[in-house]
Amino acid sequence: MIVFNVNGKERRVEVSPDTPLLWVLREKLGLSGSKYGCGEGLCGACTVHIDGLPQRSCITPVGDVQGKRVLTIEGIPENNPVKRAWLDQEVSQCGYCQPGQIMSAVALLEKKPAPTDADIDSAMSGNLCRCGTYGRIRRAIHAASKKTVKRGGQKS
Amino acid sequence: MSATTNISRRQFMKAGALAGGGPLLACHLPFGMRDAAASGEAVFAPNAFLRIGTDESVTVIVNKSEMGQGVYTSLPMLIAEELCCDWKRVTFQSAPVAPEYNHAQFGPIMVTGGSTSVRSEWERLSLAGAAAREMLISAAAQRWKVAPSACRAENGIVHGPNGKQLSFGKLASEAAKLPVPKVPKLKSGAKKLLGKPLHRLDSPAKINGTAVFGIDVTAPGMLTAVIARPPVFGGKLKSFDAAKALASPGVKQVLAVDAGLAVVADGFWTALKGRELLEIVWDEGEGAQVSTSSMHDQYKALTATPGLVARRDGDAEGVLAKAKQRLEAEYEVPYLAHAPMEPLNCFVDLKEGSCQIRTGSQFQTVDRNAAAGVVGLKPEQVALETTFLGGGFGRRACTGSDYVIEAAQIAKVVKQPVKVIRTREDDMRAGYYRPMWFDRVSACLDEKGLPLAWHHRIVGQSIIAGTPFESAMVKDGIDDTSVEGAANTPYAIPNLQVELHSPRNPVPVLWWRSVGHSHTAFVMESFMDELAHQAGKDPYPYRRSLLAKHPRTLKVLETAAMKSGWGKPLPKGRGRGIAVHESFGSFIAQVAEVSLDKKGVVKVHRVVCAVDCGKIVNPDTIKAQMESGITFGLSAALYGQITLKNGRVEQGNFHDYQLVRMAAMPKVEVHIIDSQEPPGGVGEPGVPPIAPAVANALFAVSGVRMRSLPMTPEKIMTALKKG
Repeated sequence: MIVFNVNGKERRVEVSPDTPLLWVLREKLGLSGSKYGCGEGLCGACTVHIDGLPQRSCITPVGDVQGKRVLTIEGIPENNPVKRAWLDQEVSQCGYCQPGQIMSAVALLEKKPAPTDADIDSAMSGNLCRCGTYGRIRRAIHAASKKTVKRGGQKS
Repeated sequence: MSATTNISRRQFMKAGALAGGGPLLACHLPFGMRDAAASGEAVFAPNAFLRIGTDESVTVIVNKSEMGQGVYTSLPMLIAEELCCDWKRVTFQSAPVAPEYNHAQFGPIMVTGGSTSVRSEWERLSLAGAAAREMLISAAAQRWKVAPSACRAENGIVHGPNGKQLSFGKLASEAAKLPVPKVPKLKSGAKKLLGKPLHRLDSPAKINGTAVFGIDVTAPGMLTAVIARPPVFGGKLKSFDAAKALASPGVKQVLAVDAGLAVVADGFWTALKGRELLEIVWDEGEGAQVSTSSMHDQYKALTATPGLVARRDGDAEGVLAKAKQRLEAEYEVPYLAHAPMEPLNCFVDLKEGSCQIRTGSQFQTVDRNAAAGVVGLKPEQVALETTFLGGGFGRRACTGSDYVIEAAQIAKVVKQPVKVIRTREDDMRAGYYRPMWFDRVSACLDEKGLPLAWHHRIVGQSIIAGTPFESAMVKDGIDDTSVEGAANTPYAIPNLQVELHSPRNPVPVLWWRSVGHSHTAFVMESFMDELAHQAGKDPYPYRRSLLAKHPRTLKVLETAAMKSGWGKPLPKGRGRGIAVHESFGSFIAQVAEVSLDKKGVVKVHRVVCAVDCGKIVNPDTIKAQMESGITFGLSAALYGQITLKNGRVEQGNFHDYQLVRMAAMPKVEVHIIDSQEPPGGVGEPGVPPIAPAVANALFAVSGVRMRSLPMTPEKIMTALKKG
């Protein structure tokens, strides 16, 4: 039995501890917003926060999150400035990578509320987008930053 | 009015019933007459594309697959403009497979491709909206006992004399009883929605994780399958031992399918672990002999022999034979994987006498019919729901329906709902690539330095040959998608010959975003640059002088040059390159600004793009598609290649098949030409010009002419050393 907290709720799952967190979220907990893209931590589509840090859930064995706090796209409130900026800047195309992009962006802004372009390059270059929405992602992060002078930290 | 818009009321009703009975995406609201009656909500369903509820809801049924290009917004805008409804009430649903939703131009199949969604549906959806508006106005006029001409519709309300008003929702039931106008009249005057950068209707679901892609589909009792696939194309199962896999926790079944050996389990991870335990002997057959390096030699040799003639103006061979000086160059581009972020997958639920497929398809009728053939049902017994597509780029319009057929084969055996998922490696190694191409071009110049003769031989596999589309799409041995963008070049070249060789080999090939143009634009626009430099001329005015009869091409070329500051000084170490290309009814020019570092890495700093795609629906979508095409094309220009050795694909995941990432993304500026020409496509045409624009810029900054894609640091360093 593995017990951990997902989006503020305690969850218990009975799976092999080597099962990647991604597939536990998607198949056992019904949280399919986190996406499978590569299975190797190369594309970032599966990005979630574990104890506040962005991690690739496709290569994180669920056994490693025992007792930890996991935040997924489903746990980001609708009024989060990053989500709002994503809508304002009309970032999404196919949309498949966007939950992972948003999770990386939220983590970046929590660490650096006013990131430079270089900060964005370094924090976001692990998230691939085949549709090429990078320019809009950059704009959206800057726009969200302006509204996020100070965030009270994640509620998870 | 076209034949496709001449739909009878009976057909409308039939479409409504089909739609109402099928699974629906996005909002899962019941609709169609029967469902509406059951829920006590009268619904106005004047045609296959539109439902208006008594609750004022306006639902547009979209017959195109949403794969990023924004059809769930642009097509509803076309209807809503003519309907005069309240845009805030508009929602979308994906259409089921039914004749009413077939492509308006491509014959009796439902398909999304060729950058045709807006241009093929413009008339049909505009008329559908106009017909509904006229019926709502007639219903109000009847109620008020006035002439319809005394009424008008605006923002979801019909206004009559003396300030009378009725909302569409209140009129829906009465409007539903009226005959559908045969020749509805389109609005005149200013557009309310078209031309405005409206927000996408599908964005909220895509950023909160609720958008359902094929890989997200689930059902009670669903199993998940992965397939062990042969290591080479055309390989077959010889023998296998599944004992260890079957003993692995969660594994339910192991079964042979055409694609290989399927492991069916209670989840993706358990299936994958089971697959690792399979012991398989493959019969590799001839596939093991295939390698891209020997193919390269074969293709190169073929360019020395005459091919089938795709275009002949004047006497290019004769003029070149007599020329004092001729330029000759060889260009090559590799196989490319589409690599959509969502790997291919397909859900099938096969029951007695019925079958439900849920997947991200661009090729619904073909996929449905293929599945019906596998499971032994009539096509009408098979329902296919189009989910959101996590990228398509042509891969999900597969002439072989590969990922649907394998799922249907598994479903037929397991008799439970089942979803087949490909790992990234499965997806990348399973073929259906953009073909590898090898081109030889020769030219000579006249006394003014302009091209006098141009001889071009193209070698590469036909996408269409060997598919059911061959008889319709290959003419006199020439697959037009192999020569498009070259055989129809707009440049004024008095002696022009384009020839084609279409060798066959076991590597499956397919349309890849911008199809033939993805390769021909690179050759045409790079070699044109070479000619300009040979003539000692600036490549921008050089092109201008050859495009006098093509005002739209000329206009985008001039716009991109002007907006980029062409001719003005750049910071040290930067160079500019320009390219222009027409494809899918649209005209695009791009100027790239690049630098080259000491290790041979090209950095693209800025891309200025001018686009004339005719009259427009949503300018922000056009900009987004240009940004998208440029990024997609840049990944191919700088990194993309699929190579085979001993039949094995050498790439498998994003470490060895790299894509542009955030840090490599240039600033992109898009300028849309104000145009009233017929609408063109926008999904694909942004791709072709970027590779030559970057290659030309690289030449400008370094003197290195890259005739081979991708432009890797190794190739560039080798070229620099050669000097």
